[in-house]
Amino acid sequence: MLIQLRTAIVTLLLLTLLTGVAYPIAVTGIAKLAFASRANGSLVVRNGRVVGSHLIGQSFDDPKYFWGRISATSPMPYNASASSGSNLGPSNSALVDPSKARVDALRAADPTNRAPIPIDLVTASASGLDPHISPSAAHYQVPRVARIRGLDEARLQALVDALTEPPDFVLIGEPRVNVLELNLALDGLK
Amino acid sequence: MSASGLAQIVLYLVVLLLLVKPLGGYMARTYEGQPTLLSRLLGPLERLIYRAIGVRAEDEMNWKTYALAMLLFNGTGLVVVYVLQRVQGSLPLNPQALGAITPDSSFNTAVSFATNTNWQGYGGESTMSYFTQMVGLSVQNFVSAASGMAVLVALIRGLSRKTSETIGSFWVDLTRSALYILLPLSFVMAIVLVSQGVVQTFAPYQTATLLQSTQDSNGKAIVEQVIALGPAASQIPIKQLGTNGGGFFNVNSAHPFENPTPFSNFVQLLAILLIPASLCYTFGKMVKDTRQGWAVLSVMLVVFIPMLSLCASQESHAPSSITSLGVTDAMSALAPGGNMEGKEVRFGIANSAMWAVATTAASNGSVNAMHDSFTPLGGLVPMWLIQLGEIIFGGVGSGLYGMLVFAILAVFVAGLMVGRTPEYLGKKIEAFEIKMASLVILVPSATVLVGTAIAVVVGAGKRGVLNPGPHGFSEVLYAFSSAANNNGSAFAGLSTNTPFYNTALGVAMFFGRFWVKIPVLALAGALARKKRVPPSPGTLPTHTPLFVVMLVGVIVIVGALTFIPALALGPIVEHLTFAAGAK
Repeated sequence: MLIQLRTAIVTLLLLTLLTGVAYPIAVTGIAKLAFASRANGSLVVRNGRVVGSHLIGQSFDDPKYFWGRISATSPMPYNASASSGSNLGPSNSALVDPSKARVDALRAADPTNRAPIPIDLVTASASGLDPHISPSAAHYQVPRVARIRGLDEARLQALVDALTEPPDFVLIGEPRVNVLELNLALDGLK
Repeated sequence: MSASGLAQIVLYLVVLLLLVKPLGGYMARTYEGQPTLLSRLLGPLERLIYRAIGVRAEDEMNWKTYALAMLLFNGTGLVVVYVLQRVQGSLPLNPQALGAITPDSSFNTAVSFATNTNWQGYGGESTMSYFTQMVGLSVQNFVSAASGMAVLVALIRGLSRKTSETIGSFWVDLTRSALYILLPLSFVMAIVLVSQGVVQTFAPYQTATLLQSTQDSNGKAIVEQVIALGPAASQIPIKQLGTNGGGFFNVNSAHPFENPTPFSNFVQLLAILLIPASLCYTFGKMVKDTRQGWAVLSVMLVVFIPMLSLCASQESHAPSSITSLGVTDAMSALAPGGNMEGKEVRFGIANSAMWAVATTAASNGSVNAMHDSFTPLGGLVPMWLIQLGEIIFGGVGSGLYGMLVFAILAVFVAGLMVGRTPEYLGKKIEAFEIKMASLVILVPSATVLVGTAIAVVVGAGKRGVLNPGPHGFSEVLYAFSSAANNNGSAFAGLSTNTPFYNTALGVAMFFGRFWVKIPVLALAGALARKKRVPPSPGTLPTHTPLFVVMLVGVIVIVGALTFIPALALGPIVEHLTFAAGAK
């Protein structure tokens, strides 16, 4: 038994060196050579300042910006150091409150828009950091953003279309619009 | 479900099945010590390891020595992971200066990763240092999976050998699993994942200036976002390939840094079932009758596909409490639609349902959507798949050994029907084998039901519940199902990082793993000693559609009889009240 124990300890040590030290270091080395920006978090830099990551959403509730998914992270939405979903069950009455607040806010910011609201715009994402909304959810917001910014709706629609990513390889996943990228492009328009 | 959703499901299954034969054949050659594609590269390293640990590749063990080696090895791993968490504050690679983890949480996580459960009682980015993740958790991802594969190979040897006292060497099977199978696949997949945007860095968390400021819950203005990073890309592949499932970040593969694109999602989804499915072919190869492997794989698919259809169709509709607000859940080419609470836009409904079903059919337990927010029946599917004992694909190794135990039970039941001594692959199935098979099936089930019963009567158990009513009961039932069957996913609303749940679930994981593995090895030893009886006209062939139906029947009946009363109190009653409320 003591011999087996010694074997167990030495085996674990060797496999730790292999899978816990050599392997992650090798992956890091190749990642830094081949995909440096992605390995470092796909950061967005504007005027030498990091203003976010392409992959991590930010909170928007100003009517002049496009809004993203509801985020259930705490203590503030889109807390990128403590990801979390709401975990509210479908029969829980508390599930409705954030959705209702979002519906009311969307209607208040754009009272003439009577179109049905796409569901992804009024539900919390799994990660609390979802960077995307559906194209429908972006289209729904075009009239509001165009009006507040004094932009031509068609021009704004064209911008949304240009930033819409199709499913990967035509088939895999869903079409989507990156909210941070869209809002950065919006601020760059003139 | 939408047409594109259906097309994605078909694509996934086709690609998965195309990979079964090549990988399964490769694994069979590896375990039989035959030369493979990677022998020239890895052979010297393998021999170096044997020399350092003082074993010879040809020295075999009887089942008791095999079990002892496995227990000592997993026990050592458990102690190391516990200690690493307790002292991580004074170890390197801790840029966020995260302190020691509490004893009960450390115990829970150590058991969790050593048993291949990878239940997350903690939030990765706010708890674990890079060092703990890499040297503690990542390593257990590899070796707990390899240990499960080793036990499976021992059982297969028990079936394929005759009058043999030994069932192989644990050290050799373990080393080969890690070195030839898990490590090369992980390495390739890690590079693919980085190309999609999965982070791999030792840098501290990145601070970004927000485009629009926001407020925290106290009304304080927030102008910056602290973005958690880390060496995730090297850990995610083995998390999926080894059916581990413990995420680098709190929300696991829903996190955009862990699973950034639909393509990264496809690759990870493939990795969840890749090895468990391919091992069916390995089994067929090693017992020299590949039809046996295809029959077992068919059984898995016969249960898997209807469960997937049910889950995907249930998730295609949002609760009426949301849609009645003037919200549309319609699916279209421009909107995912459906029950989007707790789901990510890039994955939509089809990929979230596929993941939920795959991760619980296999004992993976990673998530890309929050199961707690699934519709009642959509959430019942993953829970019941876990309760079936993690044999529909199941964990790497553990799924197939569980399935083979059910096959032994099925021939036993068939033998009772016609009054013949049952046999499986030429081995007579007698009292000892059935006793061991019963232990394998009963221990996890009893752990789930007794654990749930205790948790819902004691205050410490009830306080953890988030959602009211039957859904709260479902949270507890799901937690014990997940722990005792070594899955690791959760209805995550339940607050489990408490001394009560950390301890109770830790014990459940321990029982569910080792009180299955030891009887399986005893079974392997008993079978290996037996003579092979030639097939007679009375032998029930075990590669036919008839046997597939028989085996599915046994699995479903055992799973249904054991758990329907408990499910009736949770998701089923919730569904009925939910449907009544919708009218």
